[in-house]
Parts: sequence; structure tokens; C-alpha cells
Amino acid sequence: MSLFDYTLRELQEKLHNKEISVTDLVEESYKRIEEVDEEVQAFITLNKEAAKQKAAELDQERGNADAKLFGLPIGVKDNIVTKGLRTTAGSQFLSNFEEPLYDATVVNKLNDAKSVTIGKLNMDEFAMGSSNENSSYAAARNPWNTDYVPGGSSGGSAVAVAAGEVPYSLGSDTGGSIRQPAAYCGVVGLKPTYGRVSRFGLIAFASSLDQIGPITRNVEDNAFLLETIAGHDKMDSTSANVEVPKYTESLTGDVKGLKIAVPKEYLAEGVSTEVKEAVQAALKEYEKMGATWEEVSLPHSKYALSTYYLLSSSEASANLARFDGVRYGKRAEDAETMLDMFKRSRAEGFGDEVKRRIMLGTFALSSGYYDAYYKKAQQVRTLIKNDFEKVFEDYDVIIGPTTPTPAFKVGDKVDDPMTMYANDILTIPVNLAGVPGISIPCGFSGDGLPIGLQIIGKHFDEGTVYRAAHAFEQATEYHKQRPSLGGARS
Amino acid sequence: MSRISKDEVKHVANLARLAITEEEATTFTKQLDDIITYAEQLNELDTTGVEPTTHVLDLKNVMRKDEPKKWITQDDALQNAPDKQDGQFKVPSVLE
Repeated sequence: MSLFDYTLRELQEKLHNKEISVTDLVEESYKRIEEVDEEVQAFITLNKEAAKQKAAELDQERGNADAKLFGLPIGVKDNIVTKGLRTTAGSQFLSNFEEPLYDATVVNKLNDAKSVTIGKLNMDEFAMGSSNENSSYAAARNPWNTDYVPGGSSGGSAVAVAAGEVPYSLGSDTGGSIRQPAAYCGVVGLKPTYGRVSRFGLIAFASSLDQIGPITRNVEDNAFLLETIAGHDKMDSTSANVEVPKYTESLTGDVKGLKIAVPKEYLAEGVSTEVKEAVQAALKEYEKMGATWEEVSLPHSKYALSTYYLLSSSEASANLARFDGVRYGKRAEDAETMLDMFKRSRAEGFGDEVKRRIMLGTFALSSGYYDAYYKKAQQVRTLIKNDFEKVFEDYDVIIGPTTPTPAFKVGDKVDDPMTMYANDILTIPVNLAGVPGISIPCGFSGDGLPIGLQIIGKHFDEGTVYRAAHAFEQATEYHKQRPSLGGARS
Repeated sequence: MSRISKDEVKHVANLARLAITEEEATTFTKQLDDIITYAEQLNELDTTGVEPTTHVLDLKNVMRKDEPKKWITQDDALQNAPDKQDGQFKVPSVLE
């Protein structure tokens, strides 16, 4: 058994009772990384020296360990800026970005809560991708079977938790980038309501969709972590000034009378039989616990993918304009003019998927096409958002699969952008509507790969999402399964 | 009918400040055309009179006081610069 099989609260209790030290936890983390990370490639950069030093310091002050995440080792997705710790966003462009000047607000909050940052986690370049194969470092692998992708873009964040390298991590989710890898790797991942968590210091992909969220081994840890990172931030004017409830208090185990909506579009063609069966079994479980469910329709679901790619790429084309080789990052050598330097630095620093999306976005925003593509997509976004609002007039949560299939094999979809995009068809609408969504483990495929159940809630109602997720977790054993990686455990 | 020509792709690449090769232009033309063709499905929907959503929360002009405060120093700002001189970022010739 690993120390990381305990919940965060159990670990804190052990720290408090002096059964273990912070140094033990940090060493457990690096030991496991040594054992398995070559196989799974979850980390891009390790923070070993500083982490060990911080652990030693925290061990000195143990006893007044009332800080929320005292001594608990965490991994942070590499698009979240960490002062003095290299931050690459999975891109070659930032491979030399060794000295970020400030900490993201979420990192400040982690530091205030006295967690220990173990390292920076692998991801698709600038969070654009669904398989981690767009990382311009080594692609992370699925710990359940390393021939398979871990999902993306927060692949490293899900892998590190599933493989037992850290007990919890942060990811970011623009179109499914927390929930999809959480589903593929059999862990718990939440995309909070848009505005729930500050985006200050998150390297922007699509600013109207991006959210930072927690990836953990169980629902309680997830709620515990969200309590720590959520809240209004004056550095992010799109963060919401809405009180942060104690999410852990909503984990009552009681879902009697909970009204569940199941969109027929989420169990339609394209969703594999195994996934459908796992979701149907989950709904039976909810019935047993006294919840009720009914089929509903989110009629504009099939337009979500187009809407998302037009809007997110448009926003990305503007956000990624900052990477010009002037102030930080890579610069092409021997350019004669500044314009040439811009173009070649970007050409050399960005991978194909990033270029493709910058071009799609530039096209959609360009003169003559703006109304036909960008504005149209924004209007359809309204229709998609209205679909959700209508369903939430009568129901507490929406439940369906997180992804149409379990993880696919490395290399299977990498050459075909449209097939790759289709992976996110069930997670994208949630970002467009700005509502919160969680993925929790709800079964395994015949090949032994995890299947994720997605629970979607109303704006700022993460509490109900967590309550529903936790009740299911209490009733099942899926979250207790561990991949038999590195031969260390079964 | 293709939605985007190779010349348009080159034009867009220039607008996006991306140097692309002839070969890349060919690949991107095909791929962008596929994506745009797929996205044309949005035209099935009549969106007359539908307000565009730019932001999901009901936020309007968040204001703060315009007060100077300490943030990062000039030295800090130059710390990650690929090239610098006399306390400033150095770039190649701006004029062609």
C-alpha cells in the first residue's frame, strides 16, 4: 500500500499524530516518480530540491499544522505559472522559460495552504489536444495500459494521480481537458463553474472557457481542494464574487429525491456499448439510493463541437499573439527584421496543432468571415447555454458519460484532427454553458480501461455535483482500483 | 467546393505571423477546409435575433481604481528576455 492510498484528510491526521513526516510524503512522491515516470511521462519539470527543503521546513513547524493542505505534495499542470519554476505549457516555445516572475493565484493559495509543489505536469501544447500526443516533450501514457493515451490536455495531471506519483493535482479544462483524462485514467476530475477559480497566471488558451480545477483519487479530496483554490480574485476580473461554500459539508451520502436528467444525445450513436452499459448501471445505482432519473433532450448538442472549435480557436489566436520572441521564450536566430523574427520564432516554437488552431481562429476573425463564423458560433453558444438552463429548471443534475469510448491507442487519431476533436463531444457543451462538471470512475472496459461518469450541475452548484458523485462513490468500488504499474502494487 | 484556398491559407498565416512552408500550406489548406466545411453545419440553425454569448456570467465592466502600485522591476521584466541592451528588450530592425 502506498501512502497516497489514504485520503488527504487521513494524511493530515497522520502528519498531526506524527506517524509520518512531510519529508516522508515528499520522498514517497519522488520515489514513485523514479519508479514509474519513465514509463508514463507525467512530469515535464521536477521541483525536487526546493520541495525537499520546504518539507524539512514544514517538519520543523509541525504541530501547528492547521493550514489546509499542510505538507501535502501536489503536482501542477504546466500551464499554471510558478514563480522561479520553469513553466512550458507543453510547448518548445517556452522550453527556456526558467524564471516566471510571479505565482498564479491558485499557486499562491496552495502556498498559503502550505502544500508542497512536486513538479510541473505534462500536457498537450498550450492545452490544445485530447491525447497528450501534442506535448512537445514526451507524450504521457495511460498508467492502466501504456499502449493507450491518458487523454488530454491535462494528461500529466491525471496520470500522476492515477499512477500514485502525487495524491492530487491541478489541471485546466477548456473543452474537457480535466474530465476526459480523469475518465481515461480512472480518477476524479472537476471543471468548476466558469469564474469559480481565478485564472490569473493560467496561460490563456480560450479565456471565455478556461477553468482550473482539481484532479484527485476520490470525491472528498476533490471537494477539499476546490475549497482551497476557489473564490474571487481582484487580479481576474472574470472571477465571480460568489461565496465559496464548504464543499466537503455537502458530502452527506444522501441523494434521496435527487432529480437526474439524462440527455438522450449523450447516449446516442457514437457512444460505445460498454460506456452506455456502465452509465445505465450507474443510473440503477442512483435509483437504489432513492434518486430519480428521466430522459431529456439537449437539442443543440450536435452543434457544440463546431461552435467550440470556432470560438476557442478564435480566442486562442488572440491569446497566443503574445508569443513573439521579444520578452520571453524562444527566438529564431539570425532574423533580419522584426517581422521575420516574429514569424520564424512562432513557426519554430509552435507544433502543428497549435498552428492549425491559430490559423483557424485568425480565419474566423478575419474581415469578411467574422459574422459568418465567429458571431454565428457565439449565437449558437447562446442556444446551447439555453438548453442547459431549460433542463436545470426541472432537474438537479445532468448525468451521462464523460467520453464516448474509453482511452484509445497511442497514434490512432493523431493524423486526423476531426476524429480527435470528436472525443470531446460530451464535455465541450459544459464549457460553452459555463456550468460545472465532474468525471468519476464508473466501470472498466473489457480491455481493463477505466470508464468515466460525468455529472453536470447548475452554475455555482458544485455542492450538488459533489454530493451526487460522492454518494455513487460510497456505493461502488471503482475508485479503489489501482493500475499495476511498475510491478509495485496491484 | 473548397471553403478556403491555399492563397487564403498563406494570407491567414501572414496575419497570424506564422512562417509556413509550401508543404505546410498544402496540408493546412486541406485540414482547415475539412474543419470549416464541418462547421458550416451551424448554418442549419436560424439564429436571427439570438444574442451572441461572449461571456457566460452576467458580468459587466468590472472597474477598479486606477492607482499605480509596485509590481515587477525592470530587471525582473528583462530576466527572461532572449536579447536585451541598456535595460530594454532588443529586437532586430523594425523597418524592412
